[in-house]
Amino acid sequence: MAHPILKLVAQRVALGLLLLLAASVLIFIGTQILPGDVAQAILGQSATPETLANLRAELGLNEPVVSRYFSWLFGVLHGDLGTALSNGQPIAPALGARLANTLFLASCAAVIAVPLAVLLGLVSVRYRNRWPDKLISAVTLATISVPEFLLGYIVIFFLAVQYRLLPSLSTVYDGMTLGERLYAIGLPVIVLVLAVLGHMMRMTRAAILNVMQSAYVETAELKGLRPFTIIARHAFPNAIAPVVNVVMINLAYLVVGVVVVEVVFVYPGMGQYLVDHVSKRDVPVVQACGLVFAGVYIGLNLIADIVSILANPRLRHPK
Amino acid sequence: MPDKADPQTLLEIRDLVLEATSYPPGEPPKTVTLVHGVSLAVEKGKVLGLIGESGAGKSTIGLSSMAYGRGGVRITGGQIIVNGRDILKIGAGGLRKLRGKEVTYVAQSAAASFNPAKPLMEQVIETTLASGQMTRAAAEARAVDLFRQLGLPNPETIGKRFPHQVSGGQLQRVMTAMALCPKPDLVIFDEPTTALDVTTQIDVLAAIKRAIHETGVAALYITHDLAVVAQVADDIMVLRHGRMVEYGSVQQVIEAPREDYTRALVSVRSIDHAEKPEAPPLLRIQNVTARYKGTAFDVLKNVSVDLPPGQTLAVVGESGSGKSTLARVITGLLPASQGRITFDGRDLSADLAGRSRDDLRELQMIYQMADVAMNPRQTVETIIGRPLEFYFGLKGAEKRKRVQELLDQIEMGKGFADRYPAELSGGQKQRVCIARALAAKPKLIICDEVTSALDPLVADGILKLLLDLQAREGVAYLFITHDLATVRAIADRIAVMFKGQVQRYGAKSDVLAPPFDAYTDLLLSSVPEMKLGWLEQVLETRRMESAGN
Repeated sequence: MAHPILKLVAQRVALGLLLLLAASVLIFIGTQILPGDVAQAILGQSATPETLANLRAELGLNEPVVSRYFSWLFGVLHGDLGTALSNGQPIAPALGARLANTLFLASCAAVIAVPLAVLLGLVSVRYRNRWPDKLISAVTLATISVPEFLLGYIVIFFLAVQYRLLPSLSTVYDGMTLGERLYAIGLPVIVLVLAVLGHMMRMTRAAILNVMQSAYVETAELKGLRPFTIIARHAFPNAIAPVVNVVMINLAYLVVGVVVVEVVFVYPGMGQYLVDHVSKRDVPVVQACGLVFAGVYIGLNLIADIVSILANPRLRHPK
Repeated sequence: MPDKADPQTLLEIRDLVLEATSYPPGEPPKTVTLVHGVSLAVEKGKVLGLIGESGAGKSTIGLSSMAYGRGGVRITGGQIIVNGRDILKIGAGGLRKLRGKEVTYVAQSAAASFNPAKPLMEQVIETTLASGQMTRAAAEARAVDLFRQLGLPNPETIGKRFPHQVSGGQLQRVMTAMALCPKPDLVIFDEPTTALDVTTQIDVLAAIKRAIHETGVAALYITHDLAVVAQVADDIMVLRHGRMVEYGSVQQVIEAPREDYTRALVSVRSIDHAEKPEAPPLLRIQNVTARYKGTAFDVLKNVSVDLPPGQTLAVVGESGSGKSTLARVITGLLPASQGRITFDGRDLSADLAGRSRDDLRELQMIYQMADVAMNPRQTVETIIGRPLEFYFGLKGAEKRKRVQELLDQIEMGKGFADRYPAELSGGQKQRVCIARALAAKPKLIICDEVTSALDPLVADGILKLLLDLQAREGVAYLFITHDLATVRAIADRIAVMFKGQVQRYGAKSDVLAPPFDAYTDLLLSSVPEMKLGWLEQVLETRRMESAGN
């Protein structure tokens, strides 16, 4: 028999793919039941019934839903996301560039937020119920409670207008150096970090505090280890599974939930792209964006699952 | 008692007072004194046994010699002097140097006390490395030496294993190695063998005793089992309710106890129960084989036993021998894959779903953990009243009257009906569980380790009650236990189980009389006796026997 971990991981991957398939069905059905008619939206109120009928036939809207779904799925599996109705351009290249921008922004935020959240969680546990813990809790709770657009305007007011440290518009274009790009996205990164920090930090704190009740933490205390060593070396490795799950949900949020932040800073990412095309009733683009978001979400949760499995010594080292 | 100036004195505790704050629901917080002015002293290389029932304060005193209070326990008075300095005055940094280096600790449950995410070696040498005492290579070599000394299998490689990959008895020895690795002056052993089977306990006990002698370390040995402490200690202190009862040499305490309480501890298990004659069976189990779903391994193999009405069949065995599985099979929770169970002349369906309400009523169960076998949000009356309502349809005043009768039967009298389980002591909780089982008017009660979690004197009371009820109500017991003293006290018939099979079965007088099979002999000879030098005697006998073969 293969290593039990391989079996578990294969199981999770298969489930993830199945889930993605189900999500594609939902996305397709969801866009079908949207009110309004694509042909009408494209041609406007003045269109004659003949032109509408012609356009519908051209777009394949008269085919049964099931066969349209399968031809769409077939295209997606071959890397063809279809053409945008609004401008007749293929979707894949445009979406690819936008996705790259969003992932760049999200990973910059994640690289700062995740280690910072875990560290703040460890510090909170070390000084639990004392002033550093309370301060960290208060600040992260405050930033998580303020709506992101307001956070966006606050950092623009202080960092862009008052002190002129960072640009208020995050315009990026081809040919920028990495440094220029990082400078351009400084403000949205700050806003995103503040938005996801609280959740991850609190979960880290709760998960470690839970482990701190264990007999082996007492053993560590009776070994005369330093409090921070006990937390970092003996408690944290046993709290990884719940922490990873929250981290991944927040990473997924960084990718799929950044719409507002991108709009505030006029950043050319997925969020803006999606919002633009929803308002134009450009169904193929909306479907493609939905599918990409679903893929990111499922993929990150899959990684969380796998990391949790790997973090369990009983599975990693079977009897 | 040792003199203050004696340079041989390693640990001296003077007038120790320990307090904790309890938070009863709906009342203001209350300060409880756990230990009232206890004094003791341990000389270099000597072992002091602390003995008492749960709540006597023995673990709390043990931990205080590392200036540690578990769960909010505070040291509020007295002095604790280790190697000539008062450790209550050395501050957090000083304590870090003391703990894990000068004084180390071996916990009752090694399985819970090892970090599950780290290999054993990493944890064993952790303090030795942190204090800069040795290089990693030297520390690992010392650990391997200790593993060998403690009789662990594969001493070179066992350190690479994770806690879950090692058995309970081995883990307890690894923990002892962990405590000895930094060359401490004093080791606190906190019930190190209590969670082990008797046959494992004797090996661990011998290993600990040898290690203490070879390293010359001093020790505080905490246990509730006087017979165990008699094997390892030089001096014994008997504690009760946080006060010292008696303090003296092992010989004096075991052979000539001065206090009544010590005498009661020395002579527990005074129950005498005459074996009943053989009779046609109430419960007959024939060739039962069972396995858990999804496994390819029979946990019970061809088990056949009989139990006559109004008698007690004791099922004895170590953990993993299948004795609790047998109870699950009889109750139908785990359907047998083969075999036949006859009860009161009728065949019992293997599966719970196929049994009639009368089958369920006549076969009741009592569990080891009375705590978790009761709904904490129900009163005693609701708990005992439930089977009355379910089986007999009793309601209102009639039900209340019957509940009171049952409470009288378990000697709990008035005023208990409205209490919640949290307001009862351990023994009282188990009594309520007995009353709940009795309420169904059963013909057979399966008792699964019902006295294992109780202190010896309380357990004795429960056993007496069970025997009393048997005489009055004619109920039969299937009594599952690992404790041979309990078996001697109450059984009419005995089945010794080992690896899912019945190793030996018959009337008590036959089973407990030689000639024994090898396993029963090992089991019986491993039960500690309240006798100095018993451990050496047994080990010597075993060595001679194995040499003779």
